[in-house]
Amino acid sequence: MAANPMYQFNVYRIGPEIKIGEIDLSFTNASLFMVISSLAILIIFNLGAQKKNIIPDKIQLLSELSYTFVSKMISDTAGSKAKPYFSFIFSLFMFVLFCNMFGMIPYSFTVTSHIIVTFVLAAFIFIGVTIIGFIKHGFGYLKLFVPSGVPAVLLPLIVVIEIISYLSRPISLSVRLFANMMAGHTMMKVFGGFVVSLGIVGGWLPLSFSVALTGLEILVAFLQAYVFAILTCIYLNDALNLHH
Amino acid sequence: MKKIILLNIFNFSFCTVAVKSAEKGGMPQLDPEFWVSQIFWLTITFGTLFLILSKFILPRISKNLEQRRLQILENIETAEKQREQSEKNLKEFDEIILKNKNKAKDVMLAAREKVVSEITKKKMKLDEDLTSEIQNVEKEIIDLKLSSPKKINSIASNITNEVIKRLIGTDVNESSVSALVEEELKKLSRSTNGI
Repeated sequence: MAANPMYQFNVYRIGPEIKIGEIDLSFTNASLFMVISSLAILIIFNLGAQKKNIIPDKIQLLSELSYTFVSKMISDTAGSKAKPYFSFIFSLFMFVLFCNMFGMIPYSFTVTSHIIVTFVLAAFIFIGVTIIGFIKHGFGYLKLFVPSGVPAVLLPLIVVIEIISYLSRPISLSVRLFANMMAGHTMMKVFGGFVVSLGIVGGWLPLSFSVALTGLEILVAFLQAYVFAILTCIYLNDALNLHH
Repeated sequence: MKKIILLNIFNFSFCTVAVKSAEKGGMPQLDPEFWVSQIFWLTITFGTLFLILSKFILPRISKNLEQRRLQILENIETAEKQREQSEKNLKEFDEIILKNKNKAKDVMLAAREKVVSEITKKKMKLDEDLTSEIQNVEKEIIDLKLSSPKKINSIASNITNEVIKRLIGTDVNESSVSALVEEELKKLSRSTNGI
């Protein structure tokens, strides 16, 4: 059973069963890693925020560099109007990043490798961005689906395509993250299985591959968190600065 | 027997369940059993994270960054001010040095003039003294020159007189002796002059 590469994605109950009516709200290994990631973020950034040195030390530098990194990312993609949403995007980026990174520890659980988690995040972003767009521009937000400079003959087709692409945003956003994480972890598990089955004679090749893959997966873990955050910024940019 | 059959059935059903779950476990992500729980805990953890970050931690980091920026700007400003001040001071210093240099030059020139004039004055006085001394000495020499032949004559006639007295033992007329001596001397002076 443990050799099954998908076994690592199993969710199981930790502690007592918590049920409200028919709904199961039990604390699971997924919940545990969500809590661990959140706590790690809070501890690190709290430590970094408490120091007020003019010349920062390492942990202060870490938090301040992350701050400026995310703030630069937002101002580059969504402009200065997106400033009120900085906290949300910062939390989102850090949460996804830490969940991905904690998933890289062997025998741990990757929260973001579950479609339901990424889909809830993406759906929340989608709904939020749509609400912001309608608040800022009223029904003028629908102009998003009518790009300027398109011949009138093509317009019905373009509008349909635009609407489909807009509605598929939460799916593409969530599936991108989930599929990346799942595929990477499955691949690592498969190569790990090869190491065991080929033994001491032939196991070295998949082992070295596994080592290289670990580096790649760490890169992917960062990159996917970055992509998730920057796509959120781009969607936000559409809602805030309507200039199609 | 019945028991064994029951056990077998139980085993079989258990195995099929296990196999089924393994097959179904092709993708545990698509098993909706814990979906609600995951959504619930995601909301709680992410919500808490967002609230704490946005209310407490991020404002503090932003304040730190802003403070540092202000501090750096302030430092740059004071540095600029100090640089200007020091440039001004340097200019003033240069001016003072130039002024003093000129003053020193003037003083030196005055002193040199004074010294030179004094030296010339002293030199002139010395020259005067020297010329008067030389004149005196020349006069003395001339006097001596003038008076010396007479003296020599008298001394020579005296000596001649004495020598004659010793040789002959008689006194000779003094006037003849002196005439003789004079003649001899004239001859001598003529011969020395002739040389």
